[in-house]
Amino acid sequence: MVGNTSNQAGSDLRVGVIGVGHGVFGRRSDASVQELAFEAYREALQDAGLEPDAIDASVIGAVPEYHKQRSVGGVVQEYLNLNPKPTWLTEVACASGSAAIRTAWMAIRSGLHQVVAVIGCQKMTELTTPEILALMGRVGDVQWESVFGTTFPGYYAMFAERHRHEFGTSEEQLALVAVKNHYYGARNDKALFRKEITVEKALASDPVASPLRVYDCCANADGAACVILAGADRIREIGAGDRTVWLDGLGCATASMSVLRRPHLTGLPSAEDAAQQAYAMAGITAGDIDVADVHDCFTIAEIMAYEDLGFCAKGEGGRFIAEKQSYVGGTTPVNIDGGLKAKGHPIGATGVSMAYEIIRQLRGECGERQVPDASVGLTHNVGGIGQYCFVNVFRRE
Amino acid sequence: MFEWFGRVSYAPHTKVAGFARHLKDGRLMASRCEQCGHVSFPPRADCPQCLSDQFAFDELSGVGTVLTYTKIDAAPAGFEELVPFVVGVVDLTETGRLLAWFGESIADEEIAIGMPVQVVPRIFEELEQIKVYYSLERPGTSWVKADSS
Repeated sequence: MVGNTSNQAGSDLRVGVIGVGHGVFGRRSDASVQELAFEAYREALQDAGLEPDAIDASVIGAVPEYHKQRSVGGVVQEYLNLNPKPTWLTEVACASGSAAIRTAWMAIRSGLHQVVAVIGCQKMTELTTPEILALMGRVGDVQWESVFGTTFPGYYAMFAERHRHEFGTSEEQLALVAVKNHYYGARNDKALFRKEITVEKALASDPVASPLRVYDCCANADGAACVILAGADRIREIGAGDRTVWLDGLGCATASMSVLRRPHLTGLPSAEDAAQQAYAMAGITAGDIDVADVHDCFTIAEIMAYEDLGFCAKGEGGRFIAEKQSYVGGTTPVNIDGGLKAKGHPIGATGVSMAYEIIRQLRGECGERQVPDASVGLTHNVGGIGQYCFVNVFRRE
Repeated sequence: MFEWFGRVSYAPHTKVAGFARHLKDGRLMASRCEQCGHVSFPPRADCPQCLSDQFAFDELSGVGTVLTYTKIDAAPAGFEELVPFVVGVVDLTETGRLLAWFGESIADEEIAIGMPVQVVPRIFEELEQIKVYYSLERPGTSWVKADSS
């Protein structure tokens, strides 16, 4: 047993996940954001075997500026029929879902609430791609960077160019990340893209921001995911102990908003810091991770994540994918659900979607995508261009 | 106000608005804390070290080397007619980093990490606006500066 999990009276202070749900990601012009949220919430309640009145509070992970609806938490809470239970929204760009999980953990650990539903939801396609590019470009500093037309892929492209310069990471190695994630996405019925691709197809796709092409970039999508967390004592009362996956390590760190003030441009300092925090809290090292979901908003982001999380040495990320070390059967299987690349990236939902996959992997429910004997899993959820990073370690006993 | 800075001036109101006025006069400025001497580029009004709000502008040479770059093909809203354009991040010799477009003196094929560049303040005249920017040019490129006063 890891330290710091019981108080002086000896009661069990752990927080675990007792139910998970996930809607289909994609261009969901058939549904509103609250209807997307409902799909995931209903599935999570059924998975947990709970009645709705068991939920004490909800935390919504979403990024407000992409919705036409203002104050999205309110409309979701109403549609889930959770009034008058408390709710609040967490926003840290693309890591909003993991921030929701972190605050749910805090709420339970503090004793304020016992059972909390975390809903990550986002309807991206209410905006056009150029509108989204412009909004996301402003995750750089709007006074000193956005005036030159910077974009989200543009920033990761500059990381990729620097990574190539220092470590020789090739465009083919970048493409191999996309090939892997489409391979697994083809086997995930919740994913936006369910087709395998080849390196040749990826390398022949249109340029977005050199050296990144269309197949190096994840797609905007609509969707929602839900996880239900509870404290160990409540889990025992409910009788859900056997299927519980414990949230044993939480890491969160930040880095400068502007790339002009980062210590280096070949990785995300926030991810390095968050990973060390999460490993220390869970009492593990990178080598103990059986399966991971990492934030592959761009192919270079997954390669940097291998290094920032310690799955391989700095500069070895390109070789790691070329040797298939992140496939099932490799050193550390990564994004066996297809990742952001193949699932699509409804930004508020993504962190919760990652937790959904890891929990199901640890429960052994992933069918042909199952990582054998997985008992320790990790999520790595990045906000913006690394201004925020949340790393969580999950464990099944 | 940053009334002369940027094709789209997203945040025109700032305590370092004097930066744009100096840029219009041909000078690239960093901020220097008048209390502890901390120098920053991009300039900032409030010292991160000693918390003082008293600062002055110091002129930089604009000499630097390219740290990384990208050629952007997929345009954000407001930049559609400009693509493709190349942005680079430059390590300035004196202090800090800067992000800017490459100018006409450097061909796209020449751009490489580690190459020396000169940051040149310049005015881009567009249809209805005159905006001040800086661009990344070949070392030795000269430009006009207003008289010091």
